[in-house]
Amino acid sequence: MSTPVRTSRRSSIRGGETASGWLFTAPMIVLLGMFLVVPVLMALWVSFSDWNGRGSPFSSTVSFVGVDNYSALLGGGGLAEQDFGTALRNNAWYVLLVVPIQTMLSLFLAVLVNRQILRGRGFFRTAFYFPSVTSSVAITVLWLFLFSSTGAVNKLLAFIGINGPNWFNDPSGVLHNILGVFGVENGPAALTGNSFLGISFWEWLAGPSVAMSAFILMAVFTTSGTFMLLFIAALQNLSGDVVEAAVMDGANGWQRFWRVTLPQLRPTLFTVLTLGLIGAWQVFDQIYTGTQGGPGKTTLTPAYLSYQSAFTNQAWGQGAAIAFILFVIIVVFTLFQRWVLAERKVSARRMRPYLQSPTSGGFK
Amino acid sequence: MSATLTPSVRTPSPSKRLKSLSREQLPTRAVAGRSLLYAMLIVLAIVYVAPFLIQVATSFKTDADAASNPMSLIPATWSSAAYERLFLNSDFPVWFRNSAIVTVFVTLGRVFFNSLAGYALARLHFRGRNVIFALLIAVMSVPGVVLLIPKFLVINQLGIYDTYVAMIVPLLTDAAGVFIMKNFFESIPASVEEQARIDGAGTFRVFWSIVLPMARPALVTIIILSFQGSWNELSHFIVATQSPELTTLTKGVASLASGQLSQGTQYPLKLAAAAIMTIPVAVMFFIFQKRIMNTTDGAVKE
Repeated sequence: MSTPVRTSRRSSIRGGETASGWLFTAPMIVLLGMFLVVPVLMALWVSFSDWNGRGSPFSSTVSFVGVDNYSALLGGGGLAEQDFGTALRNNAWYVLLVVPIQTMLSLFLAVLVNRQILRGRGFFRTAFYFPSVTSSVAITVLWLFLFSSTGAVNKLLAFIGINGPNWFNDPSGVLHNILGVFGVENGPAALTGNSFLGISFWEWLAGPSVAMSAFILMAVFTTSGTFMLLFIAALQNLSGDVVEAAVMDGANGWQRFWRVTLPQLRPTLFTVLTLGLIGAWQVFDQIYTGTQGGPGKTTLTPAYLSYQSAFTNQAWGQGAAIAFILFVIIVVFTLFQRWVLAERKVSARRMRPYLQSPTSGGFK
Repeated sequence: MSATLTPSVRTPSPSKRLKSLSREQLPTRAVAGRSLLYAMLIVLAIVYVAPFLIQVATSFKTDADAASNPMSLIPATWSSAAYERLFLNSDFPVWFRNSAIVTVFVTLGRVFFNSLAGYALARLHFRGRNVIFALLIAVMSVPGVVLLIPKFLVINQLGIYDTYVAMIVPLLTDAAGVFIMKNFFESIPASVEEQARIDGAGTFRVFWSIVLPMARPALVTIIILSFQGSWNELSHFIVATQSPELTTLTKGVASLASGQLSQGTQYPLKLAAAAIMTIPVAVMFFIFQKRIMNTTDGAVKE
């Protein structure tokens, strides 16, 4: 008697769960599908088409142009290629500087703030984190003021006898400027004569422009607080036993940090580097608000160029193509980093001292 | 919880012992080290805080004063001209209203839809759940900036371009928020809901009156993230709207920065606008500060 009742109830519960499972996830599926998956597919089509922004991209007047948009960017020899190369150069320098600096600074802040003896650590944490909650638009407005030619930063530099640059109007590359101090004004012919993506190797090596450097400082200023919190959380979760053991073994503070604490922070370090890398390739708000790619296109980034190509120049196919190339760049960088930071087996040579009997080291 | 608390309770005692030991043995060195620590922290804190102090101070200066004394924290002559201009003589109130409308709806929507989907993915057994979850992870890895053109295409195709619907609906749920809620629901014991289920409560009833009230900590996280996210959002509004009546604070202030509404630099005006748009997120931050930074409180209370 009880058996059929139980089965029927269970099946009704399971049946109810299937229905409510789909019902509960339906809004998410519809919203993400509609405004994330479908758009990406549409944009993929647009990136292979000659749509000019008028009418529907699926109307019969829009034709398939194959990889034309992509090849114009990656080897067309025209302005599109040159702009794309410039944007990649600018953003690559941005990533190269922002990601390591913000990671080191946030780890440094976390270690300082996490000291047991520290009083008022709540205040310090708040001070370091606060820039992270403000909008990039508000921070950019503030930065435009602080780094204006007669702004606070240049006033501060004047105190120590430095004649500050006209930050957001200075297109000169920082590395070129440093070389210029040593009298190197023009690069060797090998660098100036050959080019990649429409700009010469000498230009690739210009470094970030002075204007871009101000944005780099801004990125470090606004993101270090967020990552500091991640590092603090990780430091709190470390077991004290290992550090104690290291103290007993006579390791000093410096050795303890590099040999004991840092290896244990590897997962967090991975998270911070990944998030930093993904974020740093997506510079858009700051450029839109602050410089619109100027001066001399030295703050142009792929994200902004994609927007500008589509919405300003009506070259929608090209804009979409830039977005997809950027997507690929971000994915490739993330995978590469995952590979570099992956846990590896300790090599046989380094393992040897720890193996008990010499014969057990005999690998087949 | 207890598992994470135990080490933080246990660790202070040996380290305290060590510290008191070293304090007796090497007093001068410890004092020097501590002074260095404080000196570094104070210098860094000044670097982080000063820009905001300068911002607020400058917003009360006259244009000439702002240009000649960009660093001073006290205006030579106090002037509220920038604020009067913003509130009485510009579209600023409209921008503020639009940002507020969008933020309220997006936050409410995310709290509801994210927890609904998160609960289903964590607790309900149904065919297709794993597929949905895999797709969610895939969607989460799409960088937002790549979606600028795609989003415009869909919004345009749907005929909702330049409406509140276009501004709000695409933001109503986010993959990361669903993920947070799913993780949270997996961490709380299922026994309570099972009890209610046996008493005959339906799935939605269990979710709404039993599970959701227990999820308050995670919901606060969602509220913080969506409030901050939608208040500070810029790129979505750029591609979803064009008319001045639908301009949000981020879009409006960005247009101010690039020189509309102003002749000359007009820094006090721009900085005042930027300062006001920071206030709501700052208030939010200070209300939920404990929650945002809860990671270290256990050790502080020791």
